[in-house]
Amino acid sequence: MSKIHVTTTINGDPVDFLCDPGETLLDVLRDRLGMTGSKEGCGTGDCGACSVTVEGRLVCSCLMLGAEAEGREIATIEGMADGETLHPLQRKFIEHAALQCGICTPGILVAAKSLLERNPDPTEEETRYWLAGNLCRCTGYDKIIRAVMDAAKDMREAS
Amino acid sequence: MQYHAPTSVDDALRLLAAGNGNCQILAGGTDLLVRLRSEMGDEPESILDIKRIEELRTITPEAGGWRIGAAVSGAEMGEHPALVADWPGVVEAMNLIGSTQIQGRATLAGNLCNASPAADSVPAMVAAGAMARIAGPDGARDIPVSEVPTGPGRTSLGKAEFITSIYLPPRPEGGGDAYLRFTPRSEMDIAVVGCGVALTLDGAGICISARVSLGAVGPVVMLVEAGAGALVGTEVDDAALDALAAACSDAASPIDDKRGTVAFRTHVAGVLARRAASIAKTRAGGAS
Amino acid sequence: MALDRKTGTAPREFKIIGTRPARPDGIDKVTGRARFGADMSAPGMLVGRVLRSPHAHARIKSIDSSAAEALSGVHAVVTRADFPAPGEDVADILDNCMAGEKALYDGHAVAAVAASSAAVARQALKLIKVEYEPLPHVTDVDAAMAVDAPALHEGRANETVPDGHSPNVMARHAFGHGDIEAGLAQADRVLERSYRTEATHQGYIEPHACLASMGADGQADLWCCTQGHYMVRNTCAAILGITQGQLRVTASEIGGGFGGKTTVFLEPVALMLAKKTGRPVKMVMSRAEVLRATGPTSSSSVDIRLGMTSDGRITAGFAELRYQGGAYPGAPVDMGAMSAFAPYDLENVRTIGWDVVTNRPKAAAYRAPGAPMAAFAVESAIDELARDLGLDPLEVRLKNAAREGTRASYGPTYPAIGLEATLRTARDHPHWSAPLGPNQGRGVACGFWFNFGGDTCVSLNITPDGTVNLSEGNPDIGGSRASMSMMAAEELGIPYDKVRTVIADTGSLGQNEVTDGSRVTFAVGLATIEAARAAKREMCKRAAQVWGIDEEAVIWEDGAARPSGPNAGEHPPMTLADIAAIASNTGGPIAGHYEINAEGAGVSFATHMVDTEVDPDTGAVTILRYTVFQDAGKAVHPSYVEGQFQGGAVQGIGWALNEEYIYDDNGILQNAGFLDYRIPVASDLPMIDAVILEIPNPGHPYGVRGVGETSIVPPLAAIANAVSAATGTRMSDLPMSPPKVLAAIQAR
Repeated sequence: MSKIHVTTTINGDPVDFLCDPGETLLDVLRDRLGMTGSKEGCGTGDCGACSVTVEGRLVCSCLMLGAEAEGREIATIEGMADGETLHPLQRKFIEHAALQCGICTPGILVAAKSLLERNPDPTEEETRYWLAGNLCRCTGYDKIIRAVMDAAKDMREAS
Repeated sequence: MQYHAPTSVDDALRLLAAGNGNCQILAGGTDLLVRLRSEMGDEPESILDIKRIEELRTITPEAGGWRIGAAVSGAEMGEHPALVADWPGVVEAMNLIGSTQIQGRATLAGNLCNASPAADSVPAMVAAGAMARIAGPDGARDIPVSEVPTGPGRTSLGKAEFITSIYLPPRPEGGGDAYLRFTPRSEMDIAVVGCGVALTLDGAGICISARVSLGAVGPVVMLVEAGAGALVGTEVDDAALDALAAACSDAASPIDDKRGTVAFRTHVAGVLARRAASIAKTRAGGAS
Repeated sequence: MALDRKTGTAPREFKIIGTRPARPDGIDKVTGRARFGADMSAPGMLVGRVLRSPHAHARIKSIDSSAAEALSGVHAVVTRADFPAPGEDVADILDNCMAGEKALYDGHAVAAVAASSAAVARQALKLIKVEYEPLPHVTDVDAAMAVDAPALHEGRANETVPDGHSPNVMARHAFGHGDIEAGLAQADRVLERSYRTEATHQGYIEPHACLASMGADGQADLWCCTQGHYMVRNTCAAILGITQGQLRVTASEIGGGFGGKTTVFLEPVALMLAKKTGRPVKMVMSRAEVLRATGPTSSSSVDIRLGMTSDGRITAGFAELRYQGGAYPGAPVDMGAMSAFAPYDLENVRTIGWDVVTNRPKAAAYRAPGAPMAAFAVESAIDELARDLGLDPLEVRLKNAAREGTRASYGPTYPAIGLEATLRTARDHPHWSAPLGPNQGRGVACGFWFNFGGDTCVSLNITPDGTVNLSEGNPDIGGSRASMSMMAAEELGIPYDKVRTVIADTGSLGQNEVTDGSRVTFAVGLATIEAARAAKREMCKRAAQVWGIDEEAVIWEDGAARPSGPNAGEHPPMTLADIAAIASNTGGPIAGHYEINAEGAGVSFATHMVDTEVDPDTGAVTILRYTVFQDAGKAVHPSYVEGQFQGGAVQGIGWALNEEYIYDDNGILQNAGFLDYRIPVASDLPMIDAVILEIPNPGHPYGVRGVGETSIVPPLAAIANAVSAATGTRMSDLPMSPPKVLAAIQAR
């Protein structure tokens, strides 16, 4: 099986890698690039733990081939904080205790960031529907929703 | 397995023709990648990614209607105000599929070609009278969307053909459409029943044409002529809606499976038809 | 404030307990740095994968792995034949990890391969030829109890099972006191009804994963996501025939467990593959494997007889509970039978539980294992009788509520407990009197959980710069490092951020019981406080030495040693940092340890209240409002206590409405994925209001009770009671999926 050479950008860094044609972007991130922040909870696009953005668009990295990343801009959880400075969503998740085990947290943060980029003032219902593809089994979502909406408020006030 | 990302329809057709019939089209990939990973799945010889073909990535006005490229995602459709204004039912149906993440990738053409009886966008497209443009070795041809799926997982497309776009006709004056589905959860589910309604009202509020379709109650999406018949000539009032519901429940021929029972699907087909028709009527400018 | 009864000190104001500091693993978990089970790699690592039975029940006639072994990139194939004959205590566990003579359920492991890549491993599995002889199967608990049902095992029933039962009946458990028939004779109304629940899965988002390595000398290392790495060590060592000391297990961060990670599945197989190949082997389950082949909870079938007087006094309660626990004995029906009537003060109460095997995966613990199904039946029956008699269901529960001194239905007499407080608070809460609209209904239910203690060992080390490292042996599944750091800081009188708590590997501490039974905040907290007290005693001794006075003349207060008493003299206080800085000159490093088999966990009660709306045309149920009232004893970190209440309630909502294991006629699981195994999503839910009550547990220095499990016990019945109220028809069969609710409405 011949491998494909892919040149891409991840969290602003130029990256190239070799992958098998059937390998998912998630496999590439985790197993070839050592970026294990994106998690695999299902492999079928039903849990959202592998959420990343591609060209600014929220996707499940388990439902995209690594080969498709050629020339694209990818953003993952590892690129969310700015050095030592956490993103407001990251801060609010800690403050609101919006994580228990933390396995869904990277995917939810990536998805929530994508929401707030499009809709800086989401209602609770909009937030719940936007995040419906991110399963969390620990929290019952209550504190997650509160953290996202509180982060949105802070970000609106700061802008 | 090979991965190809052609940049033109002609290149794609050449690769398809060379693929010995064991080549899978990759658009959004939200069904294909799940199949590739399943324990049972046999790998195709090659995957043909059509997202690098520029002309398949656009939504363009055409003859009063809309041509939606086969690589356009559901999210892009939802972000197109003019398309949403003309065919809200079709766009809503597409946007019901999966999560925000799925919407970032899934396509109308892919949902059609996956040929699931429960595909959300298909009843809406059938009600809207959508056409699929198919590219093949002998050139392009247009067929009604309803003629693409022939059974669960099967389509009428030849081995060397693929869908390049979906065409939604002009929204008629006084026209409105809607799609509703039933799922146990509010999101992230497959339709247990789906129903699309497109209808047109005249200036007096009388329904002059209607198309009613049902999903997940038979091997393919069905157009319910009797349901349309129950609406045409009426003000889409309660009596007409009752008749529509009865017609849809009569037409449904579902199976029992993990997602629902025959009795449930039969009953809910009528319930959804009634509710979808009411929404379509309001969108057509009718009194609610 | 809580009374420190253990030491007899006066009620105290806490400085840190009860506050909401940032958790120590927070930044790692919001940045993606935290390493979970599948996130570890090793040089030269191979990929392990499991071949699983496609049959619900089949004799394994032969396994031919020669073609797989010949495939380039394959380093080893393992079958049951590779494992030594197991001791009795791990025989079923091994058989569940790797089938012996028979495959007992769809998804049962029959072979495993280690290969150079996932793709090669997958290809290799297809080359392993297993010859099966399919056998008749049974997946339903009542069907499995029929005397002519297909038998999974022969002659394994224990002595509690009377003659004449199906060989699938493994044990009978009975609890209670009084005279049921006499009690029923005193009732004005008697209800007899049967209830059913389907199996549900814990649904943790992180699939099982491990990385094993093992040398030819038998020394082995294992990294895995588990609720108890000491349990993993002990179990794997027994299965592999090595000593516990040779195997070091390190717990990764754990992506949810809820009881499902309290046993082993992949770990012994990974170690055997590592042994055979001489290479590290990583194994990660797919979601389908998690659902098919790990441990869901039992499905249940329960009969209730309940008598009530017209003023709401329960005169007798009887429950017969039948749980299937999958392919091996051990359904949690004993705990179901013990907990069923635990919230009530009854003169006549009796429960009988039947442990039944079926061709399903072996049930594992799931949050308050066995209790939710029992509570579903009992709390539904109480609700139905109360409504039939025109009584307020909250008042009926208050009238019968267990309190301090009540003899519990399962034997013990309760010390101070919080049930009445939750009921009174619920009654006075605005939720109880809020108006309801058409097609809406409100339900309440109570729940109980025992709470566990168990073997616990912690080590608290004072660093030379005056900070504190706390080592404990229980994986942190929902914020326990924060609560341990808080308890250590509170006890030592130092700031929270001066303590760092780590989860030590099995080589670093003595035996620790699994993170289960809501035991950690209680038992590890208790040990942490005692270890801190030991360190304080040592620090007082060092100060006494410096000051040249008696140890007894030094007390620890506000983070410093201080002279105390008439003869102590005047000395400036020595802080923890002061003492740490000179530790080397006063006798060496300072540490505190504590080892205990903790008792006195303190039982826990909750009352849940829920409003639902039912679509009369489709049977769809919407949760409109939900409030949890639960006794936490003392909430160490209230945010994470609320989180436990909320998370348990939502798992209960899933169980009540949509989650179920669906088998076809061949015993094959039909919904082995998150698409059709429908756990609640964010858009299904309202906010979950959490009301914390604090009735101190006399068995803990700060009054702490476990809080993790009780919250999943009431929701099944609370929601069923609400849906029954909304529809006017009694829902006694879970899940209340739309087809069932619609059928019930249409049959009304």
